[in-house]
Amino acid sequence: MRREVDIRRQEGELRTLAAAILDEAKRCGASAAEVSVSQDLGLTVKVRKGELETVEFHADRGFDISIHLGRRVGSASTSDGSAGAVKETVARAADIARHTQEDSCNGLADAELMAKQPPDLDLFHPTPLDTEAATAVAQACEAAGFAYDKRIVNSEGGEATNSQACTIYANSHGFIGSSISTSQSLSCVLIAEDGNGMQRDYWYTADRNPKLLEAPEQVGRTAAQRTVAKLSPRKVATGECPVLYAPQTARSLAGHIIGALSGGALYRKASFLLDSLETEIATPQLRLFEQPLLPGRFGSAAFDSDGVRTSEKAFIDAGVVRSYALSAYSGRRLGLPTTSNAGGVHNLRLEGRTLPAAALFREMARGLYVTDLMGYGVNQVTGDYSRGAAGFWVEHGEIQHPVHEVTIAANLKDIMRRIAATGDDHDQRGNLIAPSILIERMTVAGNA
Amino acid sequence: MRETIEAAEAALLQPATIRRQDVDRALGRLAAAGSDLGEAFFQNRRSESWTLEDGIVKHGSFNLDRGLGVRALSGEKTGAAYVEDIRPEGFAQAVDAAAAIARGGGGKKAKALQAQTPPPLYQADNPIHGLAQKDKVALLARVDKAARRLDNRVQEVNVHLSLGFEAMLVMATDGVLAADLRPMTRLDVSVIVVEGKRRERGYAGAGGRRGLSTFSHEWPEDLAKEAVRGALVNLDAVDAPAGPMPVVLGPGWPGVLLHEAVGHGLEGDFNRKGSSAFANRLGEQVASPACTVIDDGTLPGRRGSLTVDDEGTPTEATVLIENGILVGYMQDKLNAQLMGMAATGNGRRQSYAHQPMPRMTNTFMQPGPYEREEIIAACPKGVYAVNFGGGQVDITSGRFVFSATEAYLIESGKVTRPIRGATLIGNGPDVMTKVSMVGNDLALDQGVGVCGKEGQSVPVGVGQPTLLIDEITIGGTSA
Repeated sequence: MRREVDIRRQEGELRTLAAAILDEAKRCGASAAEVSVSQDLGLTVKVRKGELETVEFHADRGFDISIHLGRRVGSASTSDGSAGAVKETVARAADIARHTQEDSCNGLADAELMAKQPPDLDLFHPTPLDTEAATAVAQACEAAGFAYDKRIVNSEGGEATNSQACTIYANSHGFIGSSISTSQSLSCVLIAEDGNGMQRDYWYTADRNPKLLEAPEQVGRTAAQRTVAKLSPRKVATGECPVLYAPQTARSLAGHIIGALSGGALYRKASFLLDSLETEIATPQLRLFEQPLLPGRFGSAAFDSDGVRTSEKAFIDAGVVRSYALSAYSGRRLGLPTTSNAGGVHNLRLEGRTLPAAALFREMARGLYVTDLMGYGVNQVTGDYSRGAAGFWVEHGEIQHPVHEVTIAANLKDIMRRIAATGDDHDQRGNLIAPSILIERMTVAGNA
Repeated sequence: MRETIEAAEAALLQPATIRRQDVDRALGRLAAAGSDLGEAFFQNRRSESWTLEDGIVKHGSFNLDRGLGVRALSGEKTGAAYVEDIRPEGFAQAVDAAAAIARGGGGKKAKALQAQTPPPLYQADNPIHGLAQKDKVALLARVDKAARRLDNRVQEVNVHLSLGFEAMLVMATDGVLAADLRPMTRLDVSVIVVEGKRRERGYAGAGGRRGLSTFSHEWPEDLAKEAVRGALVNLDAVDAPAGPMPVVLGPGWPGVLLHEAVGHGLEGDFNRKGSSAFANRLGEQVASPACTVIDDGTLPGRRGSLTVDDEGTPTEATVLIENGILVGYMQDKLNAQLMGMAATGNGRRQSYAHQPMPRMTNTFMQPGPYEREEIIAACPKGVYAVNFGGGQVDITSGRFVFSATEAYLIESGKVTRPIRGATLIGNGPDVMTKVSMVGNDLALDQGVGVCGKEGQSVPVGVGQPTLLIDEITIGGTSA
């Protein structure tokens, strides 16, 4: 089945719906209101052991309305765009707003901050939702994985996704903005086995532009390579040693740092980086910054979820906190202007003392190279960090053997000061973009 | 419960002018196209939540989620389509899209629909309407007041109340016609306490498939007390040890161990595909003889319970491990059929816009003979862990983690100092053989569990008695 879809055809209808919702809000007595309306169309195809396993079509629409009654606010959302549902949902939001208590920090972002002429960020590269084409790609990917090594004995499948999304944000300043984007991905999860048991691993490619995806065979081979490399793992002795995060694991470190610098965590006093503005918290080369206006990237956005126009900014520069990540609301709570980070950061990038990725192994000499992290052992209030890890043991700058069933632990405040170097190998596949990161030392728990 | 089916039809089909006969015809088409199983699922979920911060209820939100999902199964193949509003045109398109996968082998017929009517495990009352808005606001304020009154080191109090009510209706070519009306209530309290330079968080939460009126009158104050207690304990926490050692797990929520160490690995899909560390091991010893593990979706009012699962199969108590022997898997229809087993009422989906798959309900271990004190005394040096955050498992290697948020050192058989949060890591099939003592104090959790699998979240319960694990690796910083 092949469906030619173009979500741009629904943009007009969604804008009309957004305007109708704001009108209804006004009728319900809102002193201010904001709405976001989104529509998503997509296809997911999964193959396993060469056979088609799943074809899923989805079409999701929904809207989310916030109604302000002076300094009170209430919200409601629904997947139903019918006139009856609009009325009910808006009435619910207004009812809730009447029962909440006044908060002087509530209110829309200032009108002059709205993204009046948003640039085109090159996020829309549509291709038809084509089950045959997607099946062929997923099959080629998985087959390349099986062909790579005879120890690849099983598969959780190859999966191809193709979707289009249109999101409208509008508020009672008269601002209305749209974001129209596509996203395609291809992933493969493989299982390898030898005399010491089974291991699984995966690889994926994802982009807004299908032309920039890795070749299916490449994705399958990388998945296979990673899976086979994990066979016959050992534990290592408990103790302190350097830890090198591979880029796909390092992005979570960037996430913990920005999480602690976000307005919500700060005004709730739930951050290990309270009152850190203009203080040095990390190694002098550390830079953490966002580039919202990069064309074609996953985190690209011309305005945040308050409608505020975005701009490039550093959160940490030369190891010093230069900005928090604030919305209009959290900014008011902290007595600071919004940083256009309502809803999060946009293309957050981490850089440090940059070395070629291979040189990081030489610099580490002996320690743990982490390619997988497990679990949620991160306390944002204290910075205590303890997570499950798997990867490889390194001696003399060279990989010795796979490692599993260990934990790595330290406090994030110390981890940031112990970033010895970073790689030139940023993982570009998402909104948090990090390279390999070498931490001088952490506690590894394994054998006695 | 024919009334349940009638109520669900009234809520889901009638407003959309879809009639029972229209669904019948659609199922006939899915069968004629060659599906082994064709299914239409309709769902309507209303939820409301209220948030208190800084001593005031500053935000509330309401959500109405409504839609339909159509599936056609053909051997190991699944065609699925989801539409976010229930209307005849959208339904017809979804049927077309799903049916496209079942090529060849046509000419099957749908069985006549037969109503599944197990007795409901919860009241069909919408918790959102169980309390006036101003009383919900007052409830949150009570928690805040109680927490602040307990200790002047309490600096921040965050309270979240969520209430939900879901109607679902499922009809399938195997003749299943079932509906369920599902309430859900949850109250969460998070506090931050400060002493000098130390700052710690404490959390408590509780809930279930029942309305607010079914909880005790002191519920808000009890949760506030528990959250503050947990935070104050951690103010004195010392660095956690690193390395393998004996661990005593407290009763109740630490049952997240079972959820990760064995639960996921015993879901039918992973075993059919041979990707689980437990695959092809039915009848084998996979845990110490002290362990009997059950998944039970029939416990009245519990968060993980369901009268029928999302495929219309009545839930049951499924014994997974009996005296250490692997005796059963959790199954949905697809995997049960392909493995030649019976569906166990574990076919669950996050919403109409997701595919059902085998999922846990309430997973727990049966009690053993020991007193908690005996178990702790039997452990000369180790860790006593009583509260946990989340966990995760790699079902293929069996490796799993779960993170302690409240734990203590055991020194000379006595519980001594609290330790900082740390992750515990082990291998499911291996750790379960090291369970050497099982307590007589089985408790289920308070009703806040959420399980994630392949991007889908569903509410679950866990439970266990106090356990001694002879050795598991603790990921502290004190090597």
